[in-house]
Amino acid sequence: MRKLPSQISLRITHYAIVLLLLTTGFATSVLAQGPTPTDDEVNKIAKQLYCPVCESTPLDVCPTEACRQWREVIRSMLADGKSEDEIKQHFVEQYGVRVLNEPPNRLLSYLVPVVAFLLGSFILLRSFQTWKKPIASKAISSEGEAKPVQDGYIAKMEEELKKIK
Amino acid sequence: MIANFGFGVMTVTFLVTLYSVFAAIYGENKKIPALVESARRAMLLTWPLLTLTAGVLIYLLVNNHFEVQFVYEVTSRSMPTYLRVTAWWGGQAGSLLFWSWLMSAFASLVTLRKWDRDREFLPWVIVVACITMAFFIGMNVFFENPFAQLYQTSAGVEAYTLQPADSVLFTPQDGRGLNPLLRHPGMVIHPPMLYLGFVSFVIPFSFAIAALITGRTDDRWIRITRRWTLWAWLFLTFGLVLGGRWAYDVLGWGGYWGWDPVEIAAFMPWITGTAFLHSVMIQEKRGMLKHWNMLLIILTYDLVIFGTFLTRSGVLSSVHAFAQSAIGPLFMGFVTVTLVTSVGLIIYRWDSLKSETEMTSLLSREALFLLNNLMFISILVVCFWGVIFPMISELFTGQTVTVGPPFYERATGPLFAALMLLMGIAPLSAWGHSTVKTIGRAIWKPIVGAVIVTAIIFVTYTRNVYAIIGFFLVALVILVTIYEYWRGANARQKSQDENIITAFWNLTGRNRRRYGGYIIHLSMMLMAIGILGIELFQVETQGTLEINQQTSVGGYDLVYQDIARFPGPDGREVTRAVLSVYKDNKYLGELNPRIDYYFDAQQTMTIPGQRSTLKDDLYVLLVNWEPVSATGATFKVYVNPLVNWLWLGSLLFLVGIVIAAWPDKDPERVTVRAGKHVGQTSAAD
Repeated sequence: MRKLPSQISLRITHYAIVLLLLTTGFATSVLAQGPTPTDDEVNKIAKQLYCPVCESTPLDVCPTEACRQWREVIRSMLADGKSEDEIKQHFVEQYGVRVLNEPPNRLLSYLVPVVAFLLGSFILLRSFQTWKKPIASKAISSEGEAKPVQDGYIAKMEEELKKIK
Repeated sequence: MIANFGFGVMTVTFLVTLYSVFAAIYGENKKIPALVESARRAMLLTWPLLTLTAGVLIYLLVNNHFEVQFVYEVTSRSMPTYLRVTAWWGGQAGSLLFWSWLMSAFASLVTLRKWDRDREFLPWVIVVACITMAFFIGMNVFFENPFAQLYQTSAGVEAYTLQPADSVLFTPQDGRGLNPLLRHPGMVIHPPMLYLGFVSFVIPFSFAIAALITGRTDDRWIRITRRWTLWAWLFLTFGLVLGGRWAYDVLGWGGYWGWDPVEIAAFMPWITGTAFLHSVMIQEKRGMLKHWNMLLIILTYDLVIFGTFLTRSGVLSSVHAFAQSAIGPLFMGFVTVTLVTSVGLIIYRWDSLKSETEMTSLLSREALFLLNNLMFISILVVCFWGVIFPMISELFTGQTVTVGPPFYERATGPLFAALMLLMGIAPLSAWGHSTVKTIGRAIWKPIVGAVIVTAIIFVTYTRNVYAIIGFFLVALVILVTIYEYWRGANARQKSQDENIITAFWNLTGRNRRRYGGYIIHLSMMLMAIGILGIELFQVETQGTLEINQQTSVGGYDLVYQDIARFPGPDGREVTRAVLSVYKDNKYLGELNPRIDYYFDAQQTMTIPGQRSTLKDDLYVLLVNWEPVSATGATFKVYVNPLVNWLWLGSLLFLVGIVIAAWPDKDPERVTVRAGKHVGQTSAAD
């Protein structure tokens, strides 16, 4: 059977990432200094990253080989004394901002929801004001009078219907 | 041959739905009742026809007809029979057919109801339901044919609906097998539940459009579809919860919800559906918000289609995938056309949808329900924006971004908290008019109770600010709900001379919608406890252990005892570890996390070992990306506090909704009688 082009490109991307990591990541790990960072220390950063191939799976739980290599890069960079931000920046430089779990420009991503909320609140407030003004007596009276009339009417109708039956 | 028969029946069904649409419109316009009746019967025919189509597909799936592309893609010889049946919705073409089949079942059910009082709605309900069905069946007929067969031509093996010239049928020895992730029992029930929720929302939408077209814009369409909406909501909620449970048990990342676009796609119609369920009450009680209710059900319908589109078009992986897929633009076109037409109808009927009464008080029940709607719609905007932001970014800047959990959690957290606060106040406010004084008089006792509970939590459990706010709100809602129950039962006990249990029973029975709703509120709070627990207090650790070596997390000690690899059923190899669990040096039992490798799909699954109590879940994974050797294995251990309250809450939710949606003996008369007391009581209904 022929493989789908997307599957082939996915695999090629995976291999390319592994190859790149082998040349960049492991080269640094050879020079690593200090104690080996624990899995928990690695996962703390990996949790905030996504590899470009594995859809919606954070790096700390992703089972692919490429992601395993990424975690090793984090480990070696931590051993080199690199900070969390420096490590994240390294991945952004290599693979683009999509590796981060949030868009870098927060203002843009939060702008629409905040504006929508404020707009919604404004519309609601205006509606409350316009609704409230003419009201008081009118609504209460319609509540108090209209219903019994309607109920009486229905009761009468039901009675009539019973008679017909 | 059998596949061709299936395709033939499916094509006939497509034509029947089209006939139904045209017959209903023509019959109604030319006033030919026989033609409308013919359209109704044609719609009734769709379910048996699609059942036959589905029967053919299931026959092919169960009997290893790998010459059919869909069968080849989702089954294999090693799969048990029940999984081959459920593989029906395991792939794109099959799941679209499944959607249509469920839709036809609902359309048939609605066709069988008594139409005497609502004859004018009938043709338009048929039109909307059949257009929706025709769209989905059309997708199957023209683009995603589950009966397409593999043919060997000079160009290679390709799938075709009809045999091309100079080709021979190609039958692979075995299929690729269902994605192992979909072989879990949760996955067997989760998609049907979710799809049931999706398709059943089409029914209230059909009635809404019928009301707009006929100009019968009173609340009749809402009263007819009230229970449909509740059942739709039940299925959708349960579909979401089951999806969460499946993710928790199968995906191996220690959580139930990852703010994945696919999850959000299913969550968005739930948000508008929930807002709709609340706001229709304002229309029923006060004759207000008619435009808004129409808009909400239209949004829910289009979000259902949009949700199916998001998960089916490939657009989520990349906007470029969208362009490559034929069904993507069609889905988008269908959503646009239905949205524009429906909104156009609202504008056309704008004047007849004006409110009958006006808002009297900012603290009235209807005002608080409006605030509740504002929160829901804000959550919807957050979700919608989060899902489409990567596409917008890719389209306009060429830069691909990821919108992950931090965005959604930060943006929706305060909105969910506000919703909880409203859930605490609204049951105590009255329709029409409430003041700070009237609400204050009713709420001060629950507030004192909630403060005491929160103080106890502060002293004994946590000082996390978010948790304290969250637990205070949970306590407030639970106490307000219990207080409301108690007030009602107490009054009944005195006036009817009943004992407290009978009073509770009768109180709920006489006003099912109101008290069913309260039980749903309680269930939501139990779920909130679970969500607060796992979100704020989850702890985890990971490490490689040698045999007899120990790791500790969240007060638990785990000792790695043994590991074994053996062949399992369903064509898989199982690697299973044994860990002993201790707490305070007391032996609690054994956990068996495992990795299953499926040979046919060449995929692994990480199944956690779990120990569940109401206090917490100990959740252990045998991490499959580290080499497992005879001497050592890597484990990831999570302690998920309170998470089981989430599942418990969903069971209570089921009880609440069954109470709320249970049919009355004579719904019309009950409704009329209930209307008598409007404004006098704080009836939530």
